[in-house]
Amino acid sequence: MKKLFSPGRRDYTISFGIVILAYLVVQAMILTGNITSSFKGQLVPICAYIVMAVSLNLTVGVLGELSLGHAGFMSVGAFGGIVATTALADAIPFAPLRLAVAMAFGGLLAGIMGVIVGVPVLRLKGDYLAIVTLAFGQIIMNIVNVLYIGRDARGLHFSLLEQRFELGEGGKMIINGPIGVSGVSKLSTFTAGFLLVLATLLLILNLLHSRTGRAVMAVRDNAIAAESIGISITRYKLLAFVVSAVFAGMAGTLYAMNYSTVTAAKFDFNTSILVLVFVVLGGLGNIWGSIIAAALLTVLPELLRAVNDYRMLLYAILLIAMMLFNNSKLKERLLAGRHREVE
Amino acid sequence: MAMLEVTQLGISFGGLRAVDALSMRIEKGGLVGLIGPNGAGKTTVFNMLTGVYRPTDGGIRLDGENLVGKTPHEICRLGVARTFQNIRLFSRMTVLDNVKTALHHETTYTLAESLLHLGGYRKKEREMDARALDILEVFGLAEKNHYTAANLPYGQQRKLEIARALATSPKLLLLDEPAAGMNPQETGELMETIELVRKKYGVTVLLIEHDMKLVAGICEYLYVLNFGRELAQGSPAEVLHNPEVVTAYLGE
Amino acid sequence: MAFLNNLISGISLGSVYAIIALGYTMVYGIAKMLNFAHGDVIMIGAYVSFCATSYLELSPLLSIVLAAAVCTALGVVIERLAYKPLREAASLAVLITAIGVSYFLQNAALLLWTANPKSFSSVVGAGSVSLFEGGLIISHVTLATVAACIIIMIALTLFTGRTKMGTAMRAVSEDKGAAQLMGINVNTTISVTFAIGSALAAVAGVLLCSAYPLLVPTTGSMPGIKAFTAAVFGGIGSIPGALLGGLMLGVIEIMSRAYVSMQLSDAIVFAVLIVVLLVKPDGLLGQRRNEKV
Repeated sequence: MKKLFSPGRRDYTISFGIVILAYLVVQAMILTGNITSSFKGQLVPICAYIVMAVSLNLTVGVLGELSLGHAGFMSVGAFGGIVATTALADAIPFAPLRLAVAMAFGGLLAGIMGVIVGVPVLRLKGDYLAIVTLAFGQIIMNIVNVLYIGRDARGLHFSLLEQRFELGEGGKMIINGPIGVSGVSKLSTFTAGFLLVLATLLLILNLLHSRTGRAVMAVRDNAIAAESIGISITRYKLLAFVVSAVFAGMAGTLYAMNYSTVTAAKFDFNTSILVLVFVVLGGLGNIWGSIIAAALLTVLPELLRAVNDYRMLLYAILLIAMMLFNNSKLKERLLAGRHREVE
Repeated sequence: MAMLEVTQLGISFGGLRAVDALSMRIEKGGLVGLIGPNGAGKTTVFNMLTGVYRPTDGGIRLDGENLVGKTPHEICRLGVARTFQNIRLFSRMTVLDNVKTALHHETTYTLAESLLHLGGYRKKEREMDARALDILEVFGLAEKNHYTAANLPYGQQRKLEIARALATSPKLLLLDEPAAGMNPQETGELMETIELVRKKYGVTVLLIEHDMKLVAGICEYLYVLNFGRELAQGSPAEVLHNPEVVTAYLGE
Repeated sequence: MAFLNNLISGISLGSVYAIIALGYTMVYGIAKMLNFAHGDVIMIGAYVSFCATSYLELSPLLSIVLAAAVCTALGVVIERLAYKPLREAASLAVLITAIGVSYFLQNAALLLWTANPKSFSSVVGAGSVSLFEGGLIISHVTLATVAACIIIMIALTLFTGRTKMGTAMRAVSEDKGAAQLMGINVNTTISVTFAIGSALAAVAGVLLCSAYPLLVPTTGSMPGIKAFTAAVFGGIGSIPGALLGGLMLGVIEIMSRAYVSMQLSDAIVFAVLIVVLLVKPDGLLGQRRNEKV
C-alpha cells in the first residue's frame, strides 16, 4: 500500500506537548514559589478560556459558521454546574467527583441549549447566522439574569422575574436573579482545569480525525457537494454546533467554580467576542493555535500591568496590529523566506 | 424496466419554464449523453435528478423507486452520484480525505467511536484508506493523495471529482461537462477513464457535454435539449446529422 | 393615552436606532463588513458635543457640527488605517480588527474622560409639548429626534439616488470590481461612505444622550448592537430597511418594557429578530441571494 501522509499526528503531538509542558512548568513555578498571586488566580480561567476557544474553533474554524454567542453556552454550563454542585453537596461529599458530575451536567444542559439554538440558527447563512447567535447569547444572558433558584429541605425551587417561592428552614438561594450566585464553594483547581483541557483536546482532535469530522469539514468546504455525496448538511452542522456547546458548558462550570460570586453579566457579548478573538488569532481550524492564543491573550493584560493605565489601550492596539500583520505582505515575505530555508 | 425513468419532467422558476415535458429512459450499464445549446436546461435536469431542485411536475424513478421530493443526500444513498459544471471539491481537505468523505456511508462507525477512536475505528479507517486509494489509482491520483485538493491542477481536480462521486458506489453517475476546460489530449484520457470506470464499477453514466468529439466517441445514445424541451433523441450518428439539431447549435 | 405616550417614546428611540443603523447598513452594503466600532463612534460623538458645550461653551447646534466633523475625520482615519489594508482579507479578519478598534475607542475614552458618568444636557433643552390637556406629552428631544431622522432619510435617499457619488456608491456595493473598471474610484467611495456613516453616528450620539443623559465610555455598545440588529432586521444593505428596522426595534423595546417586563425587554427584542429572520432570512426589505448550482 502507498505511504499515507497523516497531518493529524502533528496536531496531537503539538497540542498535547504544549499543554503538558505548560502544566509542568506552572506546577514547578508553584512549588518553588515563583508565581505571582494574580497569575495564580488566572490559571483556572486560562484553562476555561482554552476549552472555550477550542470548542468555538469547532464551530467557526471547522464548521465555518460564525458564532457570536458562545458565552451563552458558557453561562448555561456555569449556572447549571452551580445548581448541580449545590444540590449534590450532601450526596457527593468528595469534591473532585462533585466537580466532574457538575461539569457533565453543565455540559449536558449547554448541549440541550445547543440543540434549541442550533435548529433554527443553522438554517440561516453567513452574517445572518452570526447575528442570530448574538441574539441568542443576549437572550440567554437576559433570562439567567431574572432566574431565581433556591433549595431547602423540600428540594429545588425555581421562578422567573421575581422570587415567587418561600424557602423553608435552613433553605438557601442558589441563583438570586441579577445578584447572581454568591458563596459558592470553589471546587475548581488548576489540575481540574488541566484535565478538562486534556479531555477536550483528545475528544475534539479525535472527532476531527474521524468520518464525522470529515463530514463536518466537507459541509464547510462545499455544502452542495457534501450533500451530493450523501452527507446531511443539517445533521452535521447541528452535531458540530452541539458538541461545541457541550464543551463550552463544561468550561463554564469550571470557570464558575473558581469564584465565590458569579453573575449572568459575566457571560455577555464581550466574552463571546473575546473567545472569538482567540480563535481567529490562533488560526481558524488550528487547535493548538487556539490554545496558545487563549493562554497568551488572557495573560497579556497582566503582563502589561507595568503600564497599568494604558494596558487595555495597548491590548487593543496589539490586537489590531496582529490582525494587520497576519494579513500583510510582510508576513507573506517572511513566510516565503522561511520556506526557502527549509527547502 | 429501464434503470432510470424520467416521465414528463418539468420545472418553472416564477414564469420561466426551464424544462418542459422531458422524458428519458436509461438502461442499466448505458452511457447516455444529454446535449444542447447553452441555457437549454441540461444542468437543471441534473439538479432535478439529484434533488437540488424539486420538479414542478413529472416523475423520476430509479429502479422503480420514486426520487421526487427526496433530499440530495437521500438520493445519493439510493444510488445517484454527480459532478458539477463548476468544480466543487472540498478544497481545503486532502485528495484522500475528499474520497474518504464520500465513503461516509460505505464504512461506518458510531459517533462514540469517532470521539474515542475505539472499537472498529482503526480497522475501518484502514479499510477506507485502502478503498479510497484503489479508486484514486484508477484516476492516476494515488501518488497525490496527501495534496490539498485546491492545489491540484485543473484537469486532476475534474478527475478527483469523478473519483469522489464513484466512491459513493452509485448505480447512476451524472457527469456535468467533465471535459470542460481540458485540452484534446486530456479529453482523450478522460474518455478512456470513463470507459474504464463503466466496466470496472458497472456504473450507468449520463453526461452533459459540449465536446462533440467526446460525445460521438463514447455515448451510445443521446438526448438533445433546446429551450427546455426535447429536440431529438437517438444514436449519436442520427442525432448529430439531424438538421434541427444542427440549426439549434449553429443558428439559422 | 399611556399607550400613545409609549408609542411615541418607541418611535423616538427607534429613530435613534434608525440613524445608527443607517451607518451600519451603508458600510455593510459597500465594504461588506460588520463595523463593530460604529457604536463607539456614537459615544465619541456624544463626548465631543458634551465637551464643546460644557468646556468651550459653544452653542448646542455648533457642538453637533463639531461632533459630526470630529467623527467624520475619525471614521475616515479608522477606515484608512485599520480596514483598508484588509480589503482582500477574510471577512472574519476584518470583523476582529473592527472589534480591536472598538476596544481602542472605548479605552481611549476611558483615559480621556474617565469612567465617571458625565451628565449630558439635552441639546434642545428640557421642554415639552403638551397635548390633550396634559394627557400626551411630547418632549422637544423626541420632536427633534424624529425630525432629524426624517430629514436624514430624505437626504440620504436623494443622495444615493440622484448624485454622482451616490450612484458610485450603489455601483460599488453591487460589484466592486466592475465599478472599478467603469472608472469609479473605489477607495474614495468607501471613504465617503465611512464619512457619512460616522457623521450620522455623531448626530445619533447627541440625540441618544439628549434622551438618556448618562454618558460613559461604553454608552455606545448596547445601542450599537441593537442598531446593528435593526439593520439586519430591516435587511442589511437597504436604507429604507434600516429605517423600518430601527423604528420597529425601538417600538418593540419600549412596548415590552412597558407591558411585559423591564428586565426581559432586550430578550424580547432579540427574540423578535430571530423570528423575523427565520421567516424572512434576508430581513424585511433585504434582497434574496441564491447560490447557483
